[in-house]
Amino acid sequence: MAKSDFKKFIIYALFLGLLILPMVGFPGRSFETARAFTIWGGIVGILVLWLLNKTVRRSGMYQRTSAHLAPFRNTVLRKISKFPTKYYILALLIAVTAYPLLANNYMIDVGITCLIYIVLGLGLNIVVGLAGLLDLGYIAFYAVGAYSYSLLNLHFGISFWLSLPIGMLIGAIFGCIIGYPTLRMRGDYLAIVTMGFGEIIRLVLNNWDELTQGPNGLLGMAKPAIIYPGFTEGGLSWVVYSLKSLHALYYLMFIIAVLTVIGVRRLDNSRIGRAWVAIREDEVAAELSGVPTVWLKLLAYAMGAAFASVVGAFFAAKLSYTNPNFFIFMESCIVLCIVVLGGVGSIPGIILAGIILIAVPEVFRELQNYRMLAFGLAMAAMMVLRPEGLIPASRRKREFHETDQFAPEDLKDGG
Amino acid sequence: MDNASFIIQQLINAIFLGSIFSLIALGYTMVYGIIELINFAHGELFTAGAFIGIIVLGALQNIGFVETHFVLTLILVFGMAMAYVAVLGVAIEQVAYKPLRKASRLAAILSALGMSIFLSNGMMLSQGVSDRAYPAILGMEGFSIIDARITYGQVFIIVLSLVLMVALNMFVNWTKLGKAMRATAQNQTMARMLGIDIDRTIRVTFMIGPALGAAAGVMVGLYYGSVRFDMGFIYMIKAFAAAILGGIGSIPGAVLGGMIIGGVEVLWSAFLPSEWKDVTTFVVLILVLYFRPSGILGEHVSESRV
Amino acid sequence: MAVKALILELEDVHTYYGNIHALKGVSCSIPSGDIACLIGANGAGKTTTLLTIFGVQRARRGKIKFKGRPIHHLRPEQVAAQGISQTPEGRQIFPRMTTLENLEMGAYLRRDKAAVADDMEWVFGLFPVLKDRTHQLGGTLSGGEQQMLAIGRAMMSRPELLLLDEPSLGLAPKLVERIFETILEINKKGVTIFLVEQNAHMALSISNTGYVMETGQIVLTDSAASLLKNEKVKKAYLGE
Repeated sequence: MAKSDFKKFIIYALFLGLLILPMVGFPGRSFETARAFTIWGGIVGILVLWLLNKTVRRSGMYQRTSAHLAPFRNTVLRKISKFPTKYYILALLIAVTAYPLLANNYMIDVGITCLIYIVLGLGLNIVVGLAGLLDLGYIAFYAVGAYSYSLLNLHFGISFWLSLPIGMLIGAIFGCIIGYPTLRMRGDYLAIVTMGFGEIIRLVLNNWDELTQGPNGLLGMAKPAIIYPGFTEGGLSWVVYSLKSLHALYYLMFIIAVLTVIGVRRLDNSRIGRAWVAIREDEVAAELSGVPTVWLKLLAYAMGAAFASVVGAFFAAKLSYTNPNFFIFMESCIVLCIVVLGGVGSIPGIILAGIILIAVPEVFRELQNYRMLAFGLAMAAMMVLRPEGLIPASRRKREFHETDQFAPEDLKDGG
Repeated sequence: MDNASFIIQQLINAIFLGSIFSLIALGYTMVYGIIELINFAHGELFTAGAFIGIIVLGALQNIGFVETHFVLTLILVFGMAMAYVAVLGVAIEQVAYKPLRKASRLAAILSALGMSIFLSNGMMLSQGVSDRAYPAILGMEGFSIIDARITYGQVFIIVLSLVLMVALNMFVNWTKLGKAMRATAQNQTMARMLGIDIDRTIRVTFMIGPALGAAAGVMVGLYYGSVRFDMGFIYMIKAFAAAILGGIGSIPGAVLGGMIIGGVEVLWSAFLPSEWKDVTTFVVLILVLYFRPSGILGEHVSESRV
Repeated sequence: MAVKALILELEDVHTYYGNIHALKGVSCSIPSGDIACLIGANGAGKTTTLLTIFGVQRARRGKIKFKGRPIHHLRPEQVAAQGISQTPEGRQIFPRMTTLENLEMGAYLRRDKAAVADDMEWVFGLFPVLKDRTHQLGGTLSGGEQQMLAIGRAMMSRPELLLLDEPSLGLAPKLVERIFETILEINKKGVTIFLVEQNAHMALSISNTGYVMETGQIVLTDSAASLLKNEKVKKAYLGE
């Protein structure tokens, strides 16, 4: 074991103890020795694992085993990559479609929540991933969608389907309003301003009692309904089938999710998508090349907002209730976490991250409290260790590592 | 209350609130000045200071120290809170910011955000979800100027803030390390070429800035009587607005901005419905960022990162 | 003739900016106490050479030796500690620090306070106009004053090797003369000078050796006197 590694271990353990023991040990007035030292012990245990990992790596054992396994691994990878993506997608679709038939109501609800966050993640991905604009107030568009539907339905009796395009339009308008001041801003300021807008919208929804009932929220919206011609006693007439059951709502959300995935993929591969990449990589160069940056950036905000509005309307309809507290800043952070952890710009990554981040804490109930703690740590850790995310979008991997002095290929020559 | 008293009262409140905002804003401005990163975790560092303060105070109360050694108690409470947060600040820098110095802006911001979430949830889990009550050791006695009232607690806080700001000013302008910090903030590469160890300089910045935030946290806890794991958020926004308004990266700017924001908040509370107070802060922030991102005393902020 | 010790040696140095091959095998050796200059057109790689010596840019291949010891892997702050100073391109004065503070920063690595005070007096003697501007902010100085301050600041660390990047840039001819006189004075104190210049004539007139650089490579090495008479150099760089 290298002496320097061991020294680092001791230093880290002591500093972490110094930081953790007071906070954890004093939930009240007196020092809770057992609790404090258990938690510190746990952290030290993780450090021990880190130390072991480093020692093993130094001894070269990883490289040797890797060399032994390499041919086997390469054949497996080759076989997998030959397998057409279509089959994966088909398998996934079948699994998701069959899911409600096998699961209980609670799990179906979790599934719906997963899908909602996945769509939100994909929508935010348009702004952050495709256009490269850091939006910390994205949840505001979700709120706009929810409240738009609620108000349209409660005051004017407008049906869910009719209010969708109206909601998308309102969302897009809000997107432009929020996007406009940020057009000339740098990354940090952009983040703060979007966060500010998100909070302003939430506070307005919370305080403007006349319009939104304030903190009480709005209650009693109709569920989405399907109207189709059918036979009744009087002959041919319209039958209204209200989507009240969880199964029905699940499939509706599933359709929305699929449409979103298709939409985002189309955008990514379109001229607009490529223009966004140009803006993301070098805005000045893009502008000089004739790319209409202003209009494209606003479009990104508007489209992201539109997707969020749709889900927002669905969310309000599903619960028949909406409330400003559903749209706090932390929710924006969760959606951002999903995008970042999954891989900015990567559709499969975001889907995976959404499932992990939403479903796993539900399955392991005891972990609920630690969910956000883990999210925060994971986000920071991801940026340091693997900024491309879990399933990197192929373009992005190069981008995040472009500031490395050496391209990975060069290292093979011995520098 | 007649007009003169009213004005004096508002002035007292504004200076009081402004001092606290200034201390927090200084933390932002120092960090941003040296590594051009908005330390999203700063609000949590402020909260952590408040928590350590309450922990130390509680422990001292247990052994009956407070009544007999009041001044020493205050020194210990502030000192230990600031020391703890200084260590925490450096730890965050080493873990979440230093590895990303050459990375994209997006990565650094997300890492900072992640740390902020991690810390606030960590404090929630370890210290509980509800308010923790601060022992009211500052008391409510004070004195009056005409009809305006100022408590000894307020006087103490204002004076302590002033002392800290003067100390910071002396450090930054008269000591070698302080000048090295300024040099690093103005031209990092040139500073390195003169032999300045910028890693060390940045570490020191992350000790001093957060420590000032911690002091503000203890002050808020002592004065308002309670501390909560999420109280950092709104203070962070206001202090950030103050730092930007005064000119991010400028130490006098942070103080100026803090006083202005404090004044705005006090005046708003005096005349206008208070539930919209926070919305105003956000609106002010956005307006400043849109119309004059360099702030009052700031340098011209370039669009791209050089 | 006694062979002077080589204070700076570059051996086949390659530097890249990302994928751009900026220095393609640069080699040179400068004897201690000499004045050497590197001339060439804009974008030839002259500034990159100085930055690579200082470790601000990493050499991907090749070696750099200072007084025989390798320094190519050192960080800039470590290079400074070896006894090398630079007045970089654009002078890089700390804009919101006073003239005095800029000079103090030059002496950052030194502990001998009395000697530092003496050196500061020497710098003020060298550039009297700076004395009038002692407490003025660096950003408010004129171009010429900034150049003088940059040189003064570089000298405050008592370097053995001084690298100068385009000291004449943007200065009036009289000032340029004054600067070059100062460079000679500094050299007489025993400081080796490595000078990068677009003003080839001035540079060659005070140097012992000259290197001509084109697109990342040194194409010509000779004594400065010979280069001044070289036909190709005269046509390309001396405007004749």
